[in-house]
Amino acid sequence: MRFGGRSKRRDPAIGNADRYPVAPGRIDAEGRFRTLSPPDGNEMPTDVERWKSETYGNEIREHLLEFAEQGWESIPEDERDAWFERFKWWGLYHQRSGQESYFMMRIGTPNGVLEPGQLRVVAEIADEYARGPAENPEFGAAYCDWTTRQSIQLHWIRLEDVPEIFETLEANGLSTQQACGDSWRNIVGCPIAGKDRHEFVDALPVAMDLHETFKGDDDHANLPRKWKVSVTGCREGCGQGDINDLAFEPAEKDGRRGFNVRVGGGLARNEPRFARDIDVFVEPDAVEAVAGGLSALFREYGDREDRYSARSKFLVDEWGAEKVRRVLQEEFVEFELEPAGEDLREEYTYNAGRTGGAAAADLPDGGHNDHVGVHEQADGNYYVGLNVLVGRMGVDDVHELADLADEYGSGEVRLTQRQNVLVTDVPEDRLDAFLAEPLLADYSPAPDPFMRGSIACTGTEFCSLSIVETKNRQVRYARWLKEHVDLPDDVDEFHVHLSGCTASCAQPQIADVSLRGMKTRKDGEPVEALDIGLGGGLGEDPRFAEWVGQRVPADEVPGAIATLIDRFRDRRADGEGFRAFIERLDAEGDLEELIEPAETSYEDPYMHNTKMTWYPYADDDGMDTSPAPARADGTPIPSED
Amino acid sequence: MAISLRTLDDGAWVSVADERRTGVSELWRVRGVCDCPLAEFVVEGITDVAVDGRTVAAGTYGRCIRCGCSTSTTPIPVGRIVDGCYEPIDRDAVRRPVETTRPSDRKR
Ligand code: SF4
Repeated sequence: MRFGGRSKRRDPAIGNADRYPVAPGRIDAEGRFRTLSPPDGNEMPTDVERWKSETYGNEIREHLLEFAEQGWESIPEDERDAWFERFKWWGLYHQRSGQESYFMMRIGTPNGVLEPGQLRVVAEIADEYARGPAENPEFGAAYCDWTTRQSIQLHWIRLEDVPEIFETLEANGLSTQQACGDSWRNIVGCPIAGKDRHEFVDALPVAMDLHETFKGDDDHANLPRKWKVSVTGCREGCGQGDINDLAFEPAEKDGRRGFNVRVGGGLARNEPRFARDIDVFVEPDAVEAVAGGLSALFREYGDREDRYSARSKFLVDEWGAEKVRRVLQEEFVEFELEPAGEDLREEYTYNAGRTGGAAAADLPDGGHNDHVGVHEQADGNYYVGLNVLVGRMGVDDVHELADLADEYGSGEVRLTQRQNVLVTDVPEDRLDAFLAEPLLADYSPAPDPFMRGSIACTGTEFCSLSIVETKNRQVRYARWLKEHVDLPDDVDEFHVHLSGCTASCAQPQIADVSLRGMKTRKDGEPVEALDIGLGGGLGEDPRFAEWVGQRVPADEVPGAIATLIDRFRDRRADGEGFRAFIERLDAEGDLEELIEPAETSYEDPYMHNTKMTWYPYADDDGMDTSPAPARADGTPIPSED
Repeated sequence: MAISLRTLDDGAWVSVADERRTGVSELWRVRGVCDCPLAEFVVEGITDVAVDGRTVAAGTYGRCIRCGCSTSTTPIPVGRIVDGCYEPIDRDAVRRPVETTRPSDRKR
């Protein structure tokens, strides 16, 4: 067994705690430490599996609401780990140390669609409830994060406010259900599904049907690990299926339009995988059966012994695509699976390296690399993609955006996997007036390439796994690069993704420049640093970035990117795009010479160990000055010792 | 005396008595995880928690910032149980994994 299964299995009723002393350990034959079995012999492979076997899924809600009613302190101290793990299933993630009793709340918006009125509700909730004890210097006291999986994250949420928030969300068709935890996560897809002029198959009803079916379905509520699903119907490939556990991608068979199926993609843990083709074609009305079959296959055969090897990508590694198909057919679907149809991957343009010079010249009609800008919809109206730097908007701006969406469009707003927003359904004769709105100066439909290409995850501001500060740093990087670095004239898009750790929430491996949190020493002092990778992206032949710079002090990264761009300009073949350039130099073995980390005029206020602060931007940021945990009114709860 | 001990949040913490006591992203000084005489080891994830008598130790993966070696480790001491209470090891202490295989087996 793994360590951790040592508490007695207990009744799921709140407050019925039972504990055992730390078990004496021993060293086993392989020289590994092992604890002795728990006294009742009732072993589960991990604590998380034990907690899940006791109470999980929908039933968590009544406990959550009861704790909220009675206040943070009502959660028995010796059950906190268990309940915080379970709360994730309802979209609540306990913030990192120094911020105890505050939660990140994730709202899952399927396919990134916020129906008319919903953005205003999100703004109102953020305004009222997502205010912590300190302000962020870039974004203010309350803000919304648009995530790389087309969801919404709010921070500093207090448990006591959850019932009211749930009530408001649900009265408006929104939910946090299964936004985190070991189950079906928010379903992603082409953010313009159903409105795209060039769409091959309308994926929106398919994504919405999967959402309706598998959110709250007890049979699929407790999987070995998270299960990320993407449905793409467009010709650009912007559902990012390749990096999901399960991907439906547009395909055609015998004149019928539907999807090919891929399984086992993901970026986390230094083990990135692209989803593998399992040679299955499905028509839209059979997607639900195949998706349910694959989810059940993962539920039954995924690894529950070891959470680090539990994602579906490892099962596909072990089995191979053929076995996945065979077991799916034999055990989990009742009709004959069809072999894969003809896909459209050759046409993919989204994050496909087809920008700049010659690469851009042969773009298929309507093909695009992201959704920023003004684009015509199938119905003759327009959608306007606004750039949201690192995906975060101050709450006043979110209110304003909701107003503008009402005034100029249908009120609908959609979120993209590049952390941006789309205002849809704008009539042609309203476009100019919309584009002249002051808000669009900050969230531009025609931004500088470095502002446009920036993605950042949560980082040390709130995240337990993070190694470095991310969002505010990437804001500063983008501004500095905009000011000091010129891309070649024919290159107008350039992706820089910053992730605070190997979990890779900012999807660093599929960017032109990948940045990932590390540490190093500089002038004898430990400082925040980044690994630098180059040349990643999606498209017909997706490619993970090559890591070429290790542990570059964070204040030397902009200098490294500046030299990279200089050398790209000098050494590129005529009209060569950045990704093709990196692929060529990689083949020639010259990649590492492309970056030269150096200090520049860029200044980084977050070089110290921001994880050791209670909040990196607080005036008094020492862990011992943390105001957490706090009661519902924000007053700190004194520690007992 | 009763203390629960586990990893939490998918390897972000060593939790002792339902309190997050040791987290990832710290820099530890460790002997025997790479070829450096004394590694400066960035803990990126905690894979296991173990206890031997009074010593609490954590299996980890991470990277030595001196040599760049990425490695998984056998349990490295993080704290001690003293009079029924957990006391974390001083952040600057020199640590040694309780048992190691040859470094060459562990490099990724
Ligand atoms: S990539 Fe790591 S640091 Fe960033 S949000 Fe994800 S888990 Fe946190």
